[in-house]
Amino acid sequence: MLTLTIWISFLGAAAIALMPAQNKHAIRWTALGTASLALLVAIVHYFKYDIPKAGFQFGFDAPWIPQIGAGFHFGVDGFSLPLVLLTGIIAVTGILYSWNIEDRVKEFFTLFLVLIGGVYGVFQALDIFLIFLFYEIAIIPKYFIIAIWGSTRKEYGAMKLVLYSLVGSSMVFIGMLAMFFVSGAKTFDIVQLRQMSEAGVFPAYFQLWAFPLIFVGFGILGGLVPFHTWAPTGHVAAPTAASMLLAGVVMKLGTYGALRVGIYLMPDGLAAWKWPVALLAVIGIVYGALIAFVQKDFKFVIGYSSVSHMGFVLLGLVTLNVIGLSGAILQMFSHGILSGLLFAVVGRLVYDRTHTRQLADLGGLYKAIPFAAVVFFIAGFASAGLPGFSGFVAELQILIGSWKAFPAFAVVAGFGIVMTFVYILRAMHAAFIGDSEQDAEKWKKLPPITWPEKVASILLIGCSLVVGIYPGIMTDLIDSAAVPFIQNLFIQSGH
Amino acid sequence: MNYTSLFGYLLGEVVLTAAAFVILIADVMCHRKDDVGARNQRMAWWTLTGLFLAAVVYAIQFAQGNANFADGTLVINPLNLFFKEVILVITAITVFFSMEEPVSKHVGEYYAMILFAAIGMAFLVTSENLLMIFVSIELLSLSLYALVGFQKQILRSAEGAMKYFAFGAVSAAFLLFGLSYIYGATNSLSLPAIAETFKGDPLMARSPVLLIGILFTLVGFGFKIAVVPFHLWAPDAYEGAAAPVAGFVASGSKVASFVALTKFLLLGVAPAAGAATISFPFTPHFTPGWAPVIALMAFISMVWGNLAAITQTNLKRLLAYSSVAHAGYILVALFGAKAWGQTAIYFYIIVYALTNLGAFGVVTALANKVGGDDIRCFAGVWRRAPGLTVLMMIFMLSLAGIPPLAGFFGKFYLFAAGLAADQMQLGYLWLVITAILMSAVSFYYYLQVLRVFYVNPASRGGPISICPCQRWPMTVIALIIFLIGWYPTALLDWIQGFLQRV
Repeated sequence: MLTLTIWISFLGAAAIALMPAQNKHAIRWTALGTASLALLVAIVHYFKYDIPKAGFQFGFDAPWIPQIGAGFHFGVDGFSLPLVLLTGIIAVTGILYSWNIEDRVKEFFTLFLVLIGGVYGVFQALDIFLIFLFYEIAIIPKYFIIAIWGSTRKEYGAMKLVLYSLVGSSMVFIGMLAMFFVSGAKTFDIVQLRQMSEAGVFPAYFQLWAFPLIFVGFGILGGLVPFHTWAPTGHVAAPTAASMLLAGVVMKLGTYGALRVGIYLMPDGLAAWKWPVALLAVIGIVYGALIAFVQKDFKFVIGYSSVSHMGFVLLGLVTLNVIGLSGAILQMFSHGILSGLLFAVVGRLVYDRTHTRQLADLGGLYKAIPFAAVVFFIAGFASAGLPGFSGFVAELQILIGSWKAFPAFAVVAGFGIVMTFVYILRAMHAAFIGDSEQDAEKWKKLPPITWPEKVASILLIGCSLVVGIYPGIMTDLIDSAAVPFIQNLFIQSGH
Repeated sequence: MNYTSLFGYLLGEVVLTAAAFVILIADVMCHRKDDVGARNQRMAWWTLTGLFLAAVVYAIQFAQGNANFADGTLVINPLNLFFKEVILVITAITVFFSMEEPVSKHVGEYYAMILFAAIGMAFLVTSENLLMIFVSIELLSLSLYALVGFQKQILRSAEGAMKYFAFGAVSAAFLLFGLSYIYGATNSLSLPAIAETFKGDPLMARSPVLLIGILFTLVGFGFKIAVVPFHLWAPDAYEGAAAPVAGFVASGSKVASFVALTKFLLLGVAPAAGAATISFPFTPHFTPGWAPVIALMAFISMVWGNLAAITQTNLKRLLAYSSVAHAGYILVALFGAKAWGQTAIYFYIIVYALTNLGAFGVVTALANKVGGDDIRCFAGVWRRAPGLTVLMMIFMLSLAGIPPLAGFFGKFYLFAAGLAADQMQLGYLWLVITAILMSAVSFYYYLQVLRVFYVNPASRGGPISICPCQRWPMTVIALIIFLIGWYPTALLDWIQGFLQRV
């Protein structure tokens, strides 16, 4: 019953909504309890997943709206289970990092849990209509979370983010209606549509125009250049937990949707469009990295690094080979963990203490809050691809995959990794290194790191480390879905 | 013709009429000396009693089976009765909203007018005869003109009523003119009989007289449902009217008019639809009929309604433009396969009416207490009336079409119905794409409203107390919207069941 994760989150949100607003501590603990419980359910199912058997497991299928053939169909495979796990981890750590929120606590955690429930739903739903429903449930709370608890042009950032997402979902909406009618089967069930797609029910000319609608529609939320501009502004405006969620899981909704609905159901469309998409992905990688390099605001550095790293995911998705696809999923997981950590350092550990994010005003923080410096060091290099951490495995896989598919792009993407080291080092240097008298004086009174922050940071680093040292715990799972998918693709196209 | 059975069929309307007269007389005779507030409450309860009795009568008629009186002048079937019940519910909610504060000192007339309008709506949904439809529209419109202008001390109110009346009078002329042409072409006034004439005569669908008649009729209906370019009265009338009345105009009158329009087009003159499709790759296909006209009206309404709503600073005007846009969305479904299109329209119009009523309820409850109905007046209501803010969030998000609220599924079903018309070619995809992209635009202004309500810092002032007569109906509406959103099949099954028993 993996679907419990969804309902636990929604029930938790409802419970918090009914609690008295003054009782802030009880609210925080309820939120943490809810998220932990959901994470526990996810972990248990991770171990219960039968890898040799592969396919969709922990299924749940009930009729829902027979008039349009939509059903309550849930289930996970190797593509989605890692992301369900990721959602749980980010939810728990996000709540820990939001422990200090004092303003409108009740509403914050209610919206937070609704958002989490929606994200769980997208990753588990096997019905396009249901995916769409949960996708939109996940979008709306973001607006309020950013606009109320954010900083730096928060209302602008929130509105931009939501409008971009909603324009994207409108494109998906058009694409999914078109698929519904063209398939002629009056169903939204992904498993059935996939079988029909293999039988060739979507003609090539249809995929040619419907695939970009779906892929770009979801891709907007995945940071696809040139529709990525919501991401840095949104991330910067958002409160820490929300930027963690945004970069950590919400951007993955986009790439996951592009995979599950776009690539999974219309592989011919991808085959036709793979060069343009790969080009956009590579532009994203390099452009994001270059822009991150010149940012003056610490959080913008991380915001653009997200665009750059999501470029790797998109590049991996379109390689159409096992290693690239599997790398893309792993990169989603890895980037979820690491970007969550980076935003936590910048937003929570640094900004909430120093009240400035300008790199020029920071400096010498290493002495005052060494914990933050160490965490940033680890997270930054891990995301750049330091061996021993999850980022390395993922990016290596994507590079190998893209080397097979588009060698020239692989070289450019490799250059993007070098750039990552450069901008991380630059930010690191500007914010943490330096031991002038002035800095020491300035940061003398910083409050110490609290226990929720430590627990959350260590938890996230641990996840990245475990996957980095023994990638098999993720890649075996992912490959169980990627291998049959790619094999089917080649049988179909007659290679 | 048996007058006893006619009385039986009309018993619900008779009860409503009697209630209206009782109220008029009781207000003058018995409550003359009471103060306005007390009179208002008492009259409201009288009205509610009348509505309740009528609802009981309709419920009993459900069991009695179908009837068709005088060639479609009066058609009793489950669908029509269902819509009559819906109208009674809408009217009752309007009455609840008006209970706290009298709209003017002429309390009796106010409630009597509301009842007369309800009678007009009831006849409108129950009739399949063009002449009867015209008379019901006039009864409905005349009552609404008066209701909009009811706040005599306010200039805006008179302006709104005057505009409403001027547009209404002209469009009534168009409507009557169009109906006369349709009668001339088909020799019949009842919709089923008109549909019959197409069967005998293949050229009938292309008859110029008929097409001109339909075109002019659509002008009349276009005014009632407020689609561009016949929408100009709506913002002024909504702004000028008292908030409960504006809600009534935006919901009850819309429901009745859309039901009548749908019947007219899909029951009466469906073969004269023509086509306005664009098939892949970009081959326009155009046949004269009502479809191109409706497609054009839908297209402009969606674009103009949504764009104009963005610039509004008054919440009631914003809702007026949003209702123009929504009328456009609903028209999209008219191209659908008959059963699907009808189900989609009936589903959406009910959901839309309830949501809109809720939104106007929020305006009613707050406007006087926050000092006006400009959007900025509502800044920071979340601190003063948190419950109401949550309700407003549900209404706005449902209008915007965000799941899991009913507005989402309603829109989805409408657009799916639009595509179902020419499904292999996806001929109406151009209209559906417009609709979907314009609803993305609409998110912007709905979110702006919510931003003011929910995000902006609180204005000064303590908690606002909301009269239970407003709080409870709104809560129930919100709950219904939420439940239908999760489980739309319940309402769909009902509507489809009624359609089969027509």
